[in-house]
Amino acid sequence: MGKVLLMQGNSAVVEGAISAGVRFYGGYPITPSTEIAEGMAKRLPEVGGKFMQTEDELAGMGAVIGASLAGVKGMTATSGPGFSLKQEMLGLACSAEIPCVVVDVQRVGPATGQPTSPSQGDVMQTRWGTHGDHWVIVVSPTSVPECFDLTRRAVELSETYRCPVILLMDEIVGHMRERIELPESYDDLPKFPRKVPSCAPEDYLAYRDVDGTKVPPMAPFGSGYRWHVSGLVHDETGFPKGTPSATRTSQDRLRTKLTDRLDDIIMTESYRMEDAEYAVISYGGAARTAYDAVDAAREQGIKVGLFRPVTIWPFAEKEIAGLSSKVKGILVHELNCGQYFLEVERAVHGKIPVTLYAKYDNESASPEEMLEEIKKMTGGAQA
Amino acid sequence: MKEELVEKYFRPGRLPHLWCPGCGHGIITGAIVQAIDQEGWSKDDVAIISGIGCSSRASGYLDFNTANTLHGRALPIASGLKMANPKLHVIVVSGDGDCTAIGGNHLIHAARRNIDLTLVVFNNSIYGMTGGQYSPMTPVGSKATTAPYMTIEEDFDLPSLAQAAGATYTARATTYHTQLLIDVIKKGMEHKGFSLIEAVSACPTNFGRQNKMGAPALMMDWQRQHGVPLAAWNKMTEEQRAGKFPIGVLSERTDRKEYTEAYDEVIARAQAAL
Amino acid sequence: MKQTFRFSGTGGQGLITAGIILAEAALLDGKMAIQSQSYGPEARGGSSKAEVIISDEAIHFGRVMHPETLLVMSQEAADKYSADCTPDSLIITDSLFVENVPVSAHRVDLPITRTAVSTCGKALFANIVALGAVAALTNCVSVESLTKAVLDRVPKGTEDANKKALAAGIALAKGVAKAA
Repeated sequence: MGKVLLMQGNSAVVEGAISAGVRFYGGYPITPSTEIAEGMAKRLPEVGGKFMQTEDELAGMGAVIGASLAGVKGMTATSGPGFSLKQEMLGLACSAEIPCVVVDVQRVGPATGQPTSPSQGDVMQTRWGTHGDHWVIVVSPTSVPECFDLTRRAVELSETYRCPVILLMDEIVGHMRERIELPESYDDLPKFPRKVPSCAPEDYLAYRDVDGTKVPPMAPFGSGYRWHVSGLVHDETGFPKGTPSATRTSQDRLRTKLTDRLDDIIMTESYRMEDAEYAVISYGGAARTAYDAVDAAREQGIKVGLFRPVTIWPFAEKEIAGLSSKVKGILVHELNCGQYFLEVERAVHGKIPVTLYAKYDNESASPEEMLEEIKKMTGGAQA
Repeated sequence: MKEELVEKYFRPGRLPHLWCPGCGHGIITGAIVQAIDQEGWSKDDVAIISGIGCSSRASGYLDFNTANTLHGRALPIASGLKMANPKLHVIVVSGDGDCTAIGGNHLIHAARRNIDLTLVVFNNSIYGMTGGQYSPMTPVGSKATTAPYMTIEEDFDLPSLAQAAGATYTARATTYHTQLLIDVIKKGMEHKGFSLIEAVSACPTNFGRQNKMGAPALMMDWQRQHGVPLAAWNKMTEEQRAGKFPIGVLSERTDRKEYTEAYDEVIARAQAAL
Repeated sequence: MKQTFRFSGTGGQGLITAGIILAEAALLDGKMAIQSQSYGPEARGGSSKAEVIISDEAIHFGRVMHPETLLVMSQEAADKYSADCTPDSLIITDSLFVENVPVSAHRVDLPITRTAVSTCGKALFANIVALGAVAALTNCVSVESLTKAVLDRVPKGTEDANKKALAAGIALAKGVAKAA
């Protein structure tokens, strides 16, 4: 039996992390993510874990990478300005394949922006924020229970694929309190152990694909497997090697270890899509408006549904391309000037009209406002 | 350094190193290895975390748990590693630019926390890898590619900076004073808390050539003449000290708690309150 | 059934806590609830508002666009947060602080803070007095659940004072109901 609680999204992230076996947090307080740092500061030592309030955002991310090297699951949380500062470290975690979870509770930006107002302006930054070609996983929760579940899933994905996973939140979901049912004890929940080498230490190559998954086993520092981490382009030994073929081989594996497993990584939700003639695409806190707007449109006889990408990156290319042969039009709603929209347009490739309902005025859209946009898309089509 | 130490602690196939002839960094790396050997630590229990620059390549040559990370960021990564596994002996290798410019904030805060890391700063007074730009440790009045008319910025007194920030062990030696260098690194490794060792190195290629010390021997001679053992330094007048620097163990204190041990008390308090 | 609430006033009056308690009481009643808030950068002073939606069904959109019940505990909040009320909205004011409400709706003026001081000796119980009044005027949650939610939230040692504050709030509202 679980316990029913009224809980803030940021607190549900804390509980999700603790339940998944995260035992280290390094970070710097920043609105609207601060409750995550505060929660981890309280909860981690209770379960024997450790919390560090670092001197800056970079150090928070660095400390998480260091803890992960020792085999301890680490997490950090931030908001836009801090997420910008973490980008170089994020690249190191991608390149050196160090599992970690980074939470970005978005605020209005750029610069200081509006710290306590909702926005989804970091969508492209989560994909392309660090320099160089790289591949990351980004997931975005829409409700408080999903904050718990997706934090756990982020830990699992980061450990499975040896890469940083970004939990992309927004102020709506981060600060909202709603009902959540949590287990009385986390003991029986999976803890997502990391794949470690089974070979003799002298045979261990830290970046060799030994089982065809393209994800090499990772030995914790201090476990008898001595290896080298480098942010330089490296070969399977982990030591720098910048030849054209070594560079290409490394890049190909870092990409295809994710793109080969899109069916596992990409999560989506379809709401009232069964007979839908039109689709709204929305994610994170913005999608909350869409459920109500879809219901309101349905009451007026408009056959519309909601397609909600839960995994933001890698992009749900196949699913959205498939949508374009099912429906007559797509309305993309996001709290920015149109970021995910660009990808949807690309995937739909002109087959059907894709319109953008962008909201970037510090407030979420109301269902009434979105209903008007749905009507514009459908031409007021009635069943 | 003895051949057997090279065989024991250096990774096969990783040498030759990339350091220029006359560079002091090999001497410092050798001193770290000798200090570890004297401690008798298992290689599995030692981690070497470095940033970016000539010095930071040392981690790749050494057969421990090693990471060549990002410019200026070795200390935060080492701090997370130490927190996650306090049993590891974590040694941080950094250059003067890496540690005091781009990584300066991390330095003062690692010192303030008194986390049990041994930081060896390879101070060659210049950005060597990028070709001779001045660093916060370049003596004022030196030439550099970004100071063709001589530097006007005062350089840091690094051990004093670390002491003021809270480091509980600071020392300095040069690549000329090799035995002292080994000794102060070893003491730093034994010290429980944050230890900073400034290892004055030589970069004949990128500092020496721009400052009339292009021949490696000239730079070693400069170290011999300018590094003054602490006992002698303490008897010198301000005039006599001008341009020179003290070497040896410069500060050591045991009155501050080490960070990971202090955090164990946090855990105990949190669990007692459950 | 869905009910919407907005509690507004000055930072430090405990209105966000009141919103949380109301939502928790609704969960105890087996309903769904969402609480959200906005506040100025200051921890004290400045305008503050908390919004609560209580429903028998799943709640998605969490903002309250047209509050059915608006509590205003400062003149600034009355000026700032009442514009989107409808003529059917119930506006409960703290008569100590609010003179004028710039919209026409069902208005109930209650001496909330005065009652907190006279009953519990301190103005800081005003949020609990207000909660009692809101619950009694709207029947949104059961008194049992509300009492439990209050006692679960408040600091140890203040339980009796909070119970008194809640009862005083309920009595204030009942007095109004009788007068009407």
